[in-house]
Amino acid sequence: MRTIYTQEIIDNVKEMCIEANIHLSKDMEKAVRESVSTEDSPLGKQILNQLCENLDIAAADSIPICQDTGMAVFFVNVGQDVHIEGMSISDAINEGVRLGYTEGYLRKSVVRDPLLRENTKDNTPAIIHYDIVPGDKIEITIAPKGFGSENMSRVFMLKPADGEEGVKNAVLTAVKEAGPNACPPVFVGVGLGGDFELAALLAKKALTRKAGTHSEHEHIARIEKELLEAINSTGIGPGGLGGRTTALAVNIETYATHIAGMPLAVNMCCHVNRHVTRVI
Amino acid sequence: MSNKEITLPFNKEEVAELKAGDYVYITGTIYSARDAAHKRMYEAIKDAENGDSSIIDCNGAQLYEKGILPFDITGNTIYYLGPTPAKEGQVIGSAGPTTSTRMDKYTPLILDKGLTGMIGKGKRSKDVVEAIIRNKAVYFAAVGGAGALLSKCIKESEVIAYDDLGTEAIRKMMVENFPAIVVIDSEGNNLYETAVEDYLRSNNRAL
Repeated sequence: MRTIYTQEIIDNVKEMCIEANIHLSKDMEKAVRESVSTEDSPLGKQILNQLCENLDIAAADSIPICQDTGMAVFFVNVGQDVHIEGMSISDAINEGVRLGYTEGYLRKSVVRDPLLRENTKDNTPAIIHYDIVPGDKIEITIAPKGFGSENMSRVFMLKPADGEEGVKNAVLTAVKEAGPNACPPVFVGVGLGGDFELAALLAKKALTRKAGTHSEHEHIARIEKELLEAINSTGIGPGGLGGRTTALAVNIETYATHIAGMPLAVNMCCHVNRHVTRVI
Repeated sequence: MSNKEITLPFNKEEVAELKAGDYVYITGTIYSARDAAHKRMYEAIKDAENGDSSIIDCNGAQLYEKGILPFDITGNTIYYLGPTPAKEGQVIGSAGPTTSTRMDKYTPLILDKGLTGMIGKGKRSKDVVEAIIRNKAVYFAAVGGAGALLSKCIKESEVIAYDDLGTEAIRKMMVENFPAIVVIDSEGNNLYETAVEDYLRSNNRAL
């Protein structure tokens, strides 16, 4: 049993909120920068160049890449041999978010009640997903999620007979309907299988996968590549103003499912696909 | 597609010259407003009209004089923006456009009262396009997710209303060479509808 004090969690989460919103991870930044050379629309190229310049300015001036610094979404893997001392782990993460978003000059984009809509003024509460895993460490991933793209996400309760074709059509439908609203070029996170809520969670998790990598399942990796090509043949392009670069990646995560169903969720993420992981 | 420099606020002749696909650099005064500020302005007009039917015919200047709207929208441009907070020494934080679609419910009324320009990103409803044509207005897109870059074009910023809304407050801003693209012009031509088809067509020709 290893003891982890919640102050350490608070300090890390605070730093991670700020880091994630100012610097893209190297793999995501590479994906954005490399897209310029393959874009064949002049306006598309101009927009992609603006996005690269935007990343430079954000890093140089330490200001957020995008004004929508998101809801703070966390994936937390808690080692089963960890003893947490101090406050509750959720309270610690929320305290880190409060400090990170207020001291880091990030936008407070969270309202307490979906209908009454009063801003909480510190971007809490966070959305936290826990897994209990072997070991004596805690791995925390923050993925601040903007809602321009989140609003264009979809869940499809497909049937087994829909097959691979049904999966591809559903993902293409979501991308086409999103059009310019999701700030293309986008990252497309897909959750396939499980049940209604697990598909959505897998879709979000899929977005945190390292850019440029594919599913370990051969048939899924093939579908990822074929879908990326199909999406980049729609002509939507950067900013939705025509071009090749509509998506930078399609990441599919799968899980076992029921004999009667094939749930599919598509979580859209703009080109500012932010995430930072730390192990405590 | 041509590059144009424009100065705000508009006069109507200038608006008519802007065509879908034009790349523009905007200099002058714009106002930020997004979801909550639009709801508040819309409800203020509707509430006033319900209490006094003579308000129905008021234009933007009269609504401002009566204290119903927090600024005179006539000939002006709203930027759909909720920025990050400014650090000391900065005019404003990250300041890119938010998705315009969410303002569609409120936009036709605000256009009918005199608003001329909108800067955002994303699709607009049929009702908004009709109101754009009816009022000879214009809709620009700025590049979504380029908030750090766009913040450099904002030279002055002051909260002038709805301070309690935080990032959603209305700001009066002075911009210089702010880059944007005309997406829907005063005749209703819509770049989002034509650009993708044009790209695919020219791409097929090239093949």
